Amino acid sequence: MQPKEAKQQSKRNFLKTSLLAGGGLLMGLNFLGTSCAKSAEMPKSIDDLDFQSFNAYLKIADNNTVSIYAPNPEIGQGVKTSMPMIIAEELDIPWENVIVVQAGLNSEYKRQVAGGSQSIRLGWKNLRKAGATAKLMLLTAAANKWNIPVEECVAKQGVITNKKGDSIKYGDVVNEAALLEIPKKAPLKKVEDFTLIGKGIKNVDVEKIVKGESLFGLDYQYDGMKYAMLQRPPFGAKLASFDATDAKKIKGVLTVVSFDDKVAVVAENTWAAMKGKEALKVEWKEIKKEESTAYHNKMMLAAFDKKGVEPMQSNGNFNVAVKNADKVIEQLYEAPFLPHNCMEPLNFFAHVTKNKILLVGPTQTPKNAAKMVAENLGRKEEEVEVQMTRMGGGFGRRLNTDFAEEAAYVSNLSSYPVKVIFTREDDMTSGVYRPSVKYKIKATIKGGELTGYTIHEAVINRGMWKGISKYFPNGAIDNYEVRSSAIECDTTIGWWRAPVTNFLGFAQESFLDDIATELKKDPIQFRLSLLEKAKGKKGIPYSPKRLQGVIKLVAEKGNWGKTEAGVYQGFAAYFSHNSYIAEIADIIIENNKPVVKKVTVAVDCGILINKSGAKNQIEGSVIDGIGHALYGNLEVKDGVAQVNNFDQYQLIRMKDTPIVSTHFIESTENPSGLGEPGLPPASVAVANAYKKATGKRITKQPMIKEIIT
Amino acid sequence: MPEYTLKVNNKLRTFNVEADTPLLWVLRDELNLVGTKYGCGIGQCGACTVHLNGIAIRSCSFPITDVIDQEITTIEGLSENADHPLQEAWIELDVPQCGYCQSGQIMTAAAFLKDNPAPSVVDIRNAMHGNICRCAAYNRIEKAVALAATKS
Repeated sequence: MQPKEAKQQSKRNFLKTSLLAGGGLLMGLNFLGTSCAKSAEMPKSIDDLDFQSFNAYLKIADNNTVSIYAPNPEIGQGVKTSMPMIIAEELDIPWENVIVVQAGLNSEYKRQVAGGSQSIRLGWKNLRKAGATAKLMLLTAAANKWNIPVEECVAKQGVITNKKGDSIKYGDVVNEAALLEIPKKAPLKKVEDFTLIGKGIKNVDVEKIVKGESLFGLDYQYDGMKYAMLQRPPFGAKLASFDATDAKKIKGVLTVVSFDDKVAVVAENTWAAMKGKEALKVEWKEIKKEESTAYHNKMMLAAFDKKGVEPMQSNGNFNVAVKNADKVIEQLYEAPFLPHNCMEPLNFFAHVTKNKILLVGPTQTPKNAAKMVAENLGRKEEEVEVQMTRMGGGFGRRLNTDFAEEAAYVSNLSSYPVKVIFTREDDMTSGVYRPSVKYKIKATIKGGELTGYTIHEAVINRGMWKGISKYFPNGAIDNYEVRSSAIECDTTIGWWRAPVTNFLGFAQESFLDDIATELKKDPIQFRLSLLEKAKGKKGIPYSPKRLQGVIKLVAEKGNWGKTEAGVYQGFAAYFSHNSYIAEIADIIIENNKPVVKKVTVAVDCGILINKSGAKNQIEGSVIDGIGHALYGNLEVKDGVAQVNNFDQYQLIRMKDTPIVSTHFIESTENPSGLGEPGLPPASVAVANAYKKATGKRITKQPMIKEIIT
Repeated sequence: MPEYTLKVNNKLRTFNVEADTPLLWVLRDELNLVGTKYGCGIGQCGACTVHLNGIAIRSCSFPITDVIDQEITTIEGLSENADHPLQEAWIELDVPQCGYCQSGQIMTAAAFLKDNPAPSVVDIRNAMHGNICRCAAYNRIEKAVALAATKS
């Protein structure tokens, strides 16, 4: 999730021109410096228009319709709308003229990944450039027509004018403009001149969604397509044998294939595939007893007691702080595995043929899907074409490629074009969970000040300590240490919305709240004063000033400290995934349980791109964060997940949702993403409110289990 | 495989499936009405909600033999041009995030508003509680149902 590709931004852009069959020139502005890929297919409805391509991101037709490619995967985070908005802003065209087309995997785009809340942040520069260079070409074409310098021409909302009062539409100069050499540099708009960015623009697919049109991977159809369902081994176990006799008796079942300790039933329709999978008799071997939550917990707790775990980061001297301390406070925080439970169960289509592999479906990382499939089948990556569908949620699960690989294996072995479909039970038990994790935090207090802080992470499979030191309170405390112990297991883990911070934020902000109580300070004033100390410190990637900004804003908007009787407030603030968020939760206690009535959120994500989409992300991530912290729990026994559907796994529903009130800081800083950062502070704001209401500190998730027991 | 006829969105549709096939998979795989979504298969999430004689049901939990000769309405048949007050409210308030659960949400809300055209916030919250939105776009769903109630 690190922005590995960021340094490529500074690479000089290449120019490439090639002749189109239609006679016009296709100009490929190549942002990566690699060869120009062929342009993607346009949808049929706009096929008749005579488009000229200006770069990999946009085409303009002579009737002024602009087709903008949405380069990144859409999982509900809104980039299919917001990324084209940035291009349209610089191109300066009416949004009504824009048709957005989902791009496929194409090497001309910089980073076709939905992950880490990075699409907007890393796309910003290139998206602007794509619009601005095309605009300059159109201006130049108009200037040439009028025989005046280009500086005397102005473009606005798809119309070019000059001082003499002449005006011409983009569509009228598009053919000439597309013949011009692509400028290396084009002026970008000033932030204050933005007219589209910052507005609330509706999701480009909203009408199709409410009509129930085919958009998602599960909706995808292909001539002769078959349906496959798989039995997968428990974590760590192997396939011993299988008997497909009964499965093959099911009407509609075509064949049964096996690979990689998995068994797949291929059928004429979904229902036959489901029944065929159920009818399979599969024996597993080497089932591991230690793939169990009880054992995992034991190992994680043991990691804290292990002697000689060296700090991975150390500022000052924590041991000296302990020696000098008036008081040492310690707390353990614990979180379980969480499945992603995308509303659209995992699925993928593959058609493996002699010359080509076609992959279609919901993926957050089309490039990795192509790479893994090529590798597995011993084929070249160039033979793999990936088309992306809209995704019924991602939350990080579709950053893995297991389901696309399975589809390719099954298609390869069965020779059918095949869509692999996970049942909900398959989806929830297939692994790649938010890792179960524990944090032990210890702090020293001297003379009414927080003088030392040490955090030790014990986590299943992946040590994420590098993440820890990115975040507040690092920078604010003189003696600071980070340790990490990864427990290796066969239960698979992966990126889950707001990786690392989804529970790290809970642990750190719970702890700071208790420290504030210990020091008899107001929690908000305490955070503000800590951040004051962090100002100017080296090695912290966040701006203490911007974090203070959202804290002050939320205190004002959330009426901090001014509640009605029976309402308790909790506060939390967190910088994560490059955005700054502060939240205040208003709760009441009913039947000894917290009922979250309202969450006030202050957000600094730099320049706001799409106000409607941004608010939706904050509302969603806040409620999602609270829901999973309250209820989410997946335990494993002998390598098998102990819950497999929504009758056993509780997701937050409408009656339990607070009203979320969102406030943005006005900013001219470059934009950052919003898919994840709203989540980490949400559940801890609730936990802090619960502490205020009851005096009880919740240190374990799921919170509801702690509250009831 | 036996042949069945079903009245879906006011049209008679004929198809061959096994008798135990849930209505959901008939709609999706046989009739290509993919607006009705698969979410859990056990009636817990509401993504597959359709109307059976005007009543909201979970299509994943009804074998085809239970619904023949009855009227089915899916999201595709809710209105001619996405102009049902709920669809218009959903667009106006820009409700969806991923969008996957939304046809089920709208179908639940449509049956609910027919019975209770002037609901309170509590009524709306109770009525919509059975439909999961994993993106948690609940604030906007609630507002959109309320908005549609004022227009229908």
